[in-house]
Amino acid sequence: MNAVASVGRATLNFFAAAGRLTLFAGMGAMHCVRPPFHFRLIGRQMIEVGYYSLPVVGLTALFTGMVLALQSYSGFARFNAESAVAVIVVLSITRELAPVLAGLMVAGRIGAAMAAEIGTMRVTEQIDALTALSTDPFKYLVAPRLIAGTLTLPVCVLAADLIGVFGGYLVAVNKLGFNTSAYLKSTVQYLEVLDVVSGLVKAAVFGFLIALMGCYHGYHSRGGAQGVGTATTNAVVSASVLILAFNYLITEAFFAR
Amino acid sequence: MTGDRMAAAAAVPAIRIRSLCKAFGRNRVLDGLDLDIGRGESLAVIGGSGTGKSVLVKNVIGLMRPDSGSIEIDGVETVGLTGRARDEILAKFGVLFQGAALFDSMTVWENVAFGPVHNLGMPRREARDAALAKLAQVGLGRVQADRYPAELSGGMQKRVALARAIATRPQILFFDEPTTGLDPIMGDVINDLIVECVRGLGATALTITHDMASARKIADRIAMIHGGRIIWAGPAGDVEESGNEAVDQFIHGRTEGPIRTAVHVS
Repeated sequence: MNAVASVGRATLNFFAAAGRLTLFAGMGAMHCVRPPFHFRLIGRQMIEVGYYSLPVVGLTALFTGMVLALQSYSGFARFNAESAVAVIVVLSITRELAPVLAGLMVAGRIGAAMAAEIGTMRVTEQIDALTALSTDPFKYLVAPRLIAGTLTLPVCVLAADLIGVFGGYLVAVNKLGFNTSAYLKSTVQYLEVLDVVSGLVKAAVFGFLIALMGCYHGYHSRGGAQGVGTATTNAVVSASVLILAFNYLITEAFFAR
Repeated sequence: MTGDRMAAAAAVPAIRIRSLCKAFGRNRVLDGLDLDIGRGESLAVIGGSGTGKSVLVKNVIGLMRPDSGSIEIDGVETVGLTGRARDEILAKFGVLFQGAALFDSMTVWENVAFGPVHNLGMPRREARDAALAKLAQVGLGRVQADRYPAELSGGMQKRVALARAIATRPQILFFDEPTTGLDPIMGDVINDLIVECVRGLGATALTITHDMASARKIADRIAMIHGGRIIWAGPAGDVEESGNEAVDQFIHGRTEGPIRTAVHVS
């Protein structure tokens, strides 16, 4: 009997959490499109999410592009398809690896920082103080982060696309002996606008999810330092899982025939 | 305004609470609480830890939603208000939080200027001057104004929080344990500042505290909360002769009496 009860309780908790999160996301999204806008805060968050994430995102993309060229070359050499390396690199980077890896890196950096900051504000009554100063915490804390996440991650991913392809090019030309102009030509030849656009759409969705998870877990944290720690962990883990799940859904929406 | 209407307005209490209930799970923290606070009056609610003092204030401010009951501010029912109507009520309030609750990402003067800039639309330069004036009022100078809250002592943080609470010239002030965590002398400084600020604004004040010295100094009237209700209320001078055993026990800090505190875990 107890086993059944615990299954029921877990199910109810799951749906309650899903409902809370949906309401939170709806409230946050509503405040993103409804004036007044706090441009200073949005700007500050964009610098935090975009500019300061560039080094880590760039390095990730560079090494991914390099390893991709090496791996696809050694693998495809088995059936004499080395010429496909350029296409493999550019398609994998723009469609999949740049948005997903950048998303995961930014989730670790920004999702955690947002959850810790908002969580600390929650447990030290700063969010209550905001409300008491008739400032809506959703307008002041959540909306700027959601806007910054959604707008800035695509820019990061665009940079990652370029750096990743450049990484592949470096390895292909310098180590694998590809001809420079031939490599570049086949890179551009098979690339379609949709490949890049789908990656950027993914990035926008991931950026929104990262900020949403950071804000949601921070906003609902309780119980001092330990609570903030839990919120931070939950923000990163849930953002990462959601990124992978939505990556599949968006890929299916774009490319499933 | 005619004489009749003025009398009627004066008769409407600034805060009128009726049958307020709030429970957390099975724990009924507020259980049909009634309380009136007259306009311009300073009332202190005393009571032990965990008796629902903070919950009471959070319900009045609107940080918590009561399970049932009514809270009227200047004759306007506020339970269930949202959006702009809620903001209008909040604009009348100034709150001093227990832990000061200063925004740690902003400097001291930006904290004080927050209300004027965001709610009154004051330009930043003007707001800075106004904030410096408020800070001077609580005994802090320019040196502190450009620091961050974490760089100040607990007493100074409380003073900044007080300056922030009065910055928008609110009509109703809330003080949540204003002297907790301060040494007795600094506590008394804060008490004096509170009395000064409340008088200066002509504001209504609701203080919650378990510090009797603070309650006597700040309040015109004292109310004691116990078991989720107000069990005694009267002029601050009468608290010694309340004739209520629970009040006597509390103000003299005795273990024996009608208030049972769990000392041993059963």
